[in-house]
Amino acid sequence: MSTPDQHGRVNARVPRLLALTGAAALTLTAGFATPLDPAPRQAAAADGDKVLTVAVAQSVDSLSPFLAARLVSTSIHRLMYEYLINYDPKDNHAVPGLATRWEPSPDKLTWTYTIRTDSKWSDGRQATAEDAAWTFNKMMTDDDAATANGSFVTNFEKVTAPSPTQLVVRLKKPQATMAALDVPIVPRHVWEKVDDFSEFNNDKSFPVVGNGPYILTDYKPDSYVRLKPNKTFWRGAPKFDELVFKYYKDGDAAVAALQKGEVSFVSNLTPAQAASLKTQDDIRVNDAPGRRFYALATNPGARARNGQKFGDGHPSLLDERVRHALFMAVDRKTVIDKVFQGHAVEGEGYIPPRFSTYFWEPSDGQTLAYDPAKAAQLLDQAGYKKNGDGKRLGKDGKPINYRILCHATDPNDKAIGQYLQEWWGELGIGVTLNCLDNVSDPWLAGTYDLAFDGWSVNPDPDFVLSIHTCAALPATPKDTGATDNFICDKQYDDLYAKQLAEYDPAKRADIVKQMESRLYDLGYMNVMAYPNAVEAYRTDQIKSITTMPEKAGNIMGQDGYWSWWSAVPADSGGSSDSSGSTGVVVGAVAGAAVLVGAGVFFALRRRATAEDRE
Amino acid sequence: MTADATSAPAAKAAAPAARGPRARTTTGYLRYGAGKVGGAVVSLLAVLVTGFFLFRLIPGDPVKTMTGGRPISAEQLAAYRKEFGLDLPLWEQFTDYCGKALTGDLGTSYQVRAPVIDKISEALPNTLLLTGTAFVLYTVLGIVLGTRSAWRNGGLGDRLNTGLALTLYSIPSFWLGLLLIIVFSVGIGPIPGLFPTGGMESGGEEGFAYVLDVAHHLVLPVVTLVAVEYGQTLLVARSALLDEMGSDYLTTARAKGLRDDLVRRRHAVPNALLPTVTLVFVNLGRTVAGVILVETVFSWPGLGGLFYQALSVPDLPLVQGLFLFFASAVIVMNTLADLVYPLLDPRVGR
Repeated sequence: MSTPDQHGRVNARVPRLLALTGAAALTLTAGFATPLDPAPRQAAAADGDKVLTVAVAQSVDSLSPFLAARLVSTSIHRLMYEYLINYDPKDNHAVPGLATRWEPSPDKLTWTYTIRTDSKWSDGRQATAEDAAWTFNKMMTDDDAATANGSFVTNFEKVTAPSPTQLVVRLKKPQATMAALDVPIVPRHVWEKVDDFSEFNNDKSFPVVGNGPYILTDYKPDSYVRLKPNKTFWRGAPKFDELVFKYYKDGDAAVAALQKGEVSFVSNLTPAQAASLKTQDDIRVNDAPGRRFYALATNPGARARNGQKFGDGHPSLLDERVRHALFMAVDRKTVIDKVFQGHAVEGEGYIPPRFSTYFWEPSDGQTLAYDPAKAAQLLDQAGYKKNGDGKRLGKDGKPINYRILCHATDPNDKAIGQYLQEWWGELGIGVTLNCLDNVSDPWLAGTYDLAFDGWSVNPDPDFVLSIHTCAALPATPKDTGATDNFICDKQYDDLYAKQLAEYDPAKRADIVKQMESRLYDLGYMNVMAYPNAVEAYRTDQIKSITTMPEKAGNIMGQDGYWSWWSAVPADSGGSSDSSGSTGVVVGAVAGAAVLVGAGVFFALRRRATAEDRE
Repeated sequence: MTADATSAPAAKAAAPAARGPRARTTTGYLRYGAGKVGGAVVSLLAVLVTGFFLFRLIPGDPVKTMTGGRPISAEQLAAYRKEFGLDLPLWEQFTDYCGKALTGDLGTSYQVRAPVIDKISEALPNTLLLTGTAFVLYTVLGIVLGTRSAWRNGGLGDRLNTGLALTLYSIPSFWLGLLLIIVFSVGIGPIPGLFPTGGMESGGEEGFAYVLDVAHHLVLPVVTLVAVEYGQTLLVARSALLDEMGSDYLTTARAKGLRDDLVRRRHAVPNALLPTVTLVFVNLGRTVAGVILVETVFSWPGLGGLFYQALSVPDLPLVQGLFLFFASAVIVMNTLADLVYPLLDPRVGR
C-alpha cells in the first residue's frame, strides 16, 4: 500500500514544482519582456517627446541652493533658478540674467541692479527684486542659509529692494566681483515658509517653483533627476521635452549606455574610453579645453597669521633658484603626451587659456623652459653640489630627498611622480612619493615638501587668487585657513587688494596678469598642465549644443545653463533606446524559450525517473 | 473491555512520562536560546563601542569634509563644530552617541544633511530587492545542484557542475557584470540589447508597469550575483551530502525499496542540511550589507553604494550608522541560525 501512496504524492508534487518553476520563470520572463509595457510608451516618446538623458556619477548632496556644494547639484540649480548675472558663452564676460543692468555708485560702495520684468516663477508669480533681496538677506542673517554661498555676502552691509525692479547692495568695502555673484535667487513666497534651512533639502514636493530654463519635476536619490522645460523662460524655452540626469556609478557602464543610446551624453571620459568612442558612428567626442590647472605646489614653510611657523618643509626649497631648477627639470611635453595621452594643454600661467581675459603667459626672458643642464647649474649656484655618489647635499650635509604628497585616487599623480623620480634623480635629488587617500592632514600640517595640486577656475578668478594671500593663512597653527599652499607675499597681496577694488574690467585683468606673473616668478605654484574635459554625445539624439567657450569648450559643468538650454534634438529617433520593439520581440522569444526549456527539462526528468516510479 | 480498562490507565501513566522529556527539552532550549541571545546582545554592544572609536581613526577633519573645501570663516567652522557636537570632549560625544543609537537615532549625515536612519531606510528596500532575490535563487540553485552533484559524484554531471561553479565563483563580480552589460545590454553581433545598462528604474512608470520596469532592471544584476555566489552553497551542500553518503540509514532506506530520488530527498539531504543552513544564514546577514561592486557596476541605488560613498568622503555619522546596521544584521542572523539549529537537529543545544 505504501508504494502507490508515495507515487501519488510524487505525482502531486511534480505539478506543484512545475507551477513554482513556472512562476520563477515568469518572473524572469517578465524581466526579459519588460519592454512589453514601456515599449509602446518609448515608441510614443520617439514620436513626440524628445528626452535628453545625461549620465552623471556624482550624488546630489542637496537640492537646496542654500546647502548644495557639489558640482552636480549646483549645475542643476543653474537650470532651476536664474542668477542675477550670467557669463557669456563666448568669452565669459558678464551678461544679463535676472538683472538687466548693474552699476556701482561713485564711492564704489553701492551697487544697483535693475531686475527684469519678464521673468516669472513657474507658479505664475512675478520674479522681483524683493525675491533677490530676501535671498541675500536670508544668507546674511541665518547661518544655516549661508552654508553654500555665505562667502558671497561676507562683505555685504545691507541689501534692499526699493522697488520691484531695483535691488540695492551696500558694501563694507569695494568689491569688483559684484557681477560674479553665483547665487541662485529663490522665490520668497515659497522659501519663507521653510523653518530650518540646515535640514530642508527642497526634494519633497514637485514641481519645484523656479524661473530658470528648466523646472525640476522629479528626483530619486542615486537614480535620476528629471526636469521639464520652462515654457515661459524669458530667454526662450529649451527645445528638448525633458532633461534627465541619470546615475551611472561606473564609467564603463555609462559608456556602454551611450553606445546603446540609453543616454545622450557622458562626461569625464578616460583616454581609453575616448579612443574607443571616437571610431563609432553617431557619437561625437568633445575633447575640450578644461577649466582646471594641474600644478606642483612647493611648501614655502608653513606658517600662521600670528607669525608662528610649523610643518617641516625642506629648507632648500626656500631658495628660489632651487624651485626654478626643479621646475626646469620637468618635461611638460612628456607629461602631456604620456600621462594625459594628449588630453591636456601644456601649463604655464596660473589661469587656463579658456579664460582669455585673464590668461597670462610668461615673457621670453621669464620662461622656465625644460632645460635639465641649466637646472643643474642653478642648483650648483645655490650651493647644492653633488657628492661622490652623484647625490646633491643639503646645507645639513645630508643627501636631498623631497617628499611629494600625491592623491592615491589619482593615477596622474602617481604617473607623474614616477617621472619626477627619474628626472630629479638625474639632477641628484631623491624623491619619495607619499600617495594617500586623504592628503589633507599632512597638507594642513605643512608636513610635505611638494604636492600635486589643482583647482577648477571660475570665470571670475577672485577665489583662486585669494587662496595665495597672507589673509588666507590659518589664524594659528591649530586653525584651518583658506590658504592653498601657505604662500604669503607682500607684493602679491598688494596686487590682490588693488584688483578687488578695480571696477574697470580691462584694468583689473591687467592687475590679475601681474599677479600671475609674480606667482610664476616665486616658483611656489608650478603649473604643469591644463587637463582637458573629455566628453561625448550622440549626434543622432543631439543635433547641436553650445559649448563654453563657444569655439572650443566643454558641455558639462558650464558657468551657466547654455549647453542644456541650447541643445537641439536631432530629427531621427527619440533619446531613449531605439531597440524597444526589437527588445519586445526578442524578450518574448527568450521568455518563451525559458518556459519551453523548463517544460522540456521536467518532461525529460520525468522520463528519466519513469523507471523508478513504475 | 478489559483491554480498554487496562489501556486507559496506561495511557494516563504514559502522558506525564511523555511530557517529562519534552518539558526538559523546552527548558533546555530556552536556556540555550537565552545564552545565544545574551551573547548576541554583548556582541551588539561591542559593535556599538567599536563603531564609535574605529571611525575616529580615519584621518581628516570632519568639518573640512562637510564644507567640501569651500572658503569658510572661522566663525562658521565653530558653528559647524557646535552643530554636530564636535566641540565636546570625546567621552561626551561617545555617551551622546550611545544614548542616541539606543533610541534609533544614528545622527545626521555631514554630506547630504539628512538623518542617517532616513538614508538607510531609503536604500534598504532597494538592496533587499536585489540581494534577496539573488539570495533565494543562488541558495536554491546551490542546494539543488550541490546535492545532485554529490549523489552522482565523480560522474560527468558532477564534474561539469563543480567545474562551472568554481569557475564562476572565482570570477570578479564587477568584471562579469560589465561583460553582461556589454553583451546583453548593449548587444554584440546578433545579440540585441535586451536589458537596461544600469539603475533600478526608468522613472515615470507607475503601477504594474513600474513593477515590470524594476524587474527588467533587476535581471542582469541578479544573474551576476547568482552566478558568482551559487558556487559556495553548491560546494558546501555537496560536501555535506558526501559525508552522509556512506551512512547505514541510507542503505536501510534503499533496502526498504525506496527509489533513489526519495532516498536522497527525504533521508540524505535533511541530514546534510546543517552546515548549509549555517552558510545560508551567514549569507542572509550579508544580503543586508548589499554588494558594493555589483551595485556600483549596475548603478543600483542600494546600501553598498551608500557605504562606498560615505567612506570615500568620509561621512562619519553615515559610515558609523551603516557599520552598526550591517554588523547588527549579521549578528541577528547568526543568532537566528543558532536558534534554528536545535529545531533541525535535536542534538544541538542539549
